[in-house]
Amino acid sequence: MIDSLTQFLNEHWDVIISLVKIALLVFIVLTVNAYLTWFERKVVAHMQSRWGPHRVGPHGLLQPLADGAKFLLKEDPTPAGVDKFTYYLAPLMALALALTSIAIIPFGPDPVVVFGHKIYLGIVDLNIGLLALFAITALSVYGVALAGWSSNSKYPLLGGLRSSAQMVSYELALTMSVVGVLLMAGSFSLRDIVNVQALHADRGIFAWNIFPQILGFLCFFIAAVAETNRVPFDLPEAESELVAGFHTEYSSFKFAMFFIAEYTSMITVSALCAIMFFGGWLSPFPTTWTVTHYLPSLILIPFGLWVIWDGIRYETIFGRIILPGVGTVITLIGAVLIALPVVNEFIQGPFWLLSKIFVFLFVYVWMRGTLPRFRYDQLMSFGWKLLLPVSLANVVITATIIMLRGH
Amino acid sequence: MNVPLIVFFALALIAVLGAISLILQKHPIHSALSLIVVMVALAGLYLLMGAEFVAAVQIIVYGGAIMVLFVFVIMLLNAGAEERTSFSSLARFAGLPLAIALMGCLAAAVAGSSDRVQVTAQAGAVAPTKALSAQLFQEFVYPFELTSFLILVAIIGAMVLAQRERKESHL
Repeated sequence: MIDSLTQFLNEHWDVIISLVKIALLVFIVLTVNAYLTWFERKVVAHMQSRWGPHRVGPHGLLQPLADGAKFLLKEDPTPAGVDKFTYYLAPLMALALALTSIAIIPFGPDPVVVFGHKIYLGIVDLNIGLLALFAITALSVYGVALAGWSSNSKYPLLGGLRSSAQMVSYELALTMSVVGVLLMAGSFSLRDIVNVQALHADRGIFAWNIFPQILGFLCFFIAAVAETNRVPFDLPEAESELVAGFHTEYSSFKFAMFFIAEYTSMITVSALCAIMFFGGWLSPFPTTWTVTHYLPSLILIPFGLWVIWDGIRYETIFGRIILPGVGTVITLIGAVLIALPVVNEFIQGPFWLLSKIFVFLFVYVWMRGTLPRFRYDQLMSFGWKLLLPVSLANVVITATIIMLRGH
Repeated sequence: MNVPLIVFFALALIAVLGAISLILQKHPIHSALSLIVVMVALAGLYLLMGAEFVAAVQIIVYGGAIMVLFVFVIMLLNAGAEERTSFSSLARFAGLPLAIALMGCLAAAVAGSSDRVQVTAQAGAVAPTKALSAQLFQEFVYPFELTSFLILVAIIGAMVLAQRERKESHL
């Protein structure tokens, strides 16, 4: 019995591990998405001198759970005269494509070894990783466009039209802006792109692609924000003009699916920025500085202690129990990292990558709190007359320098 | 039964069903959606043959850019479901025999070719992007540049035509 079980496990090890990884990643991404909404509301609120959510749980930390329950329990009416098939297909397509794109992101350099099997962080490692990501992005416009069309309503139709025009315009600049990075790496694989930046890891932050590719990065980030329909490029859902744009007629969980898709693509774009331009999982410090390996603990322990200190003074009893508990767990994780050097070495890569992703997510929220929306003609002339020529110039400059250096 | 062959037939079936649905759908948007399914299934077939670059480009260019334009135009014109007229007598009497003849010719050509038709990648036959671009920019550089030039001319032609119409409407 045990023998046949081990044999089965050994034979189908790859499939089982992939399924486990997929389930785990989807769970993590959905949780992170939920707390990203909390983070966004909090940050934007503080930028506007408000408190943001703070009623449900201490500091409003249980707000995402309440929102989730609301999405699940709300009535889900289908408006009259919609194109049923397309109306149901659109949110599914948006969510499925957004979740697929995150499968291509590698999250760390070293594999975990379990029972002699190597398990890499990240679901698939394609040698056309970046192209595959662009292919998925190219398809994801249909989610928004079809939602707008199938709703049989004026505002969503306008939102869908705007979205498809915007995506076609900015996809060119998006693709051209990464060509510089591809020329420097000589590969489409995201892992190779990081490994090329690791060749001069002794220089730390100065080995990253951001310095030679600053133009490419600016073009990529702007075009990617436009592709994810976020402020200041959120014309497809401009609430002051189009009610809610393409998702006006959606409610309950179908609306939540669009929401989750948008936040997931924000995470994918942030991860791509970190991997292609900011060294991925590489530390910004030279490799010789081993002291910086204690940085995760140095951040976690004071943060945990602060959460405990803040928690024991919290207004509600619930908060006085929960917050010190969470703080203790965070402090303990920091302490364990100091105690176990092997674990500490292993989490260095993921720690830096996740930190960089977090910084970019903050930039997204920061922009939402700061910038006004583009006008439609400004959006088009900005994309075609500025972004595309600059990214093309970046390709020419990069190619010329690489040729002159004789690589 | 080997897995690649099953995948091949599954993808082929999806592509053919998509193509049939493209013709039979009444609404232009549904037809466009069927065409997207065909494009993606074709990309899957390319991937199965080890041409990963071509597969990705197939989805980016055909599945993405071109079909988005189709969908955009259909949405912009707000085209409704098409009305079926009775088939023309030419289509009824000449269409089916001609279609069968075409299928027969293709089948004969495939069956009669001396090489065995490969539907899946042979071991080590995966074409890396590097080799593909070397071919494109060294051996076939003149046809490649000529095609680019042709596309450029077409783009400028389209712009000129669009501009002329605008000028006339102002008069």
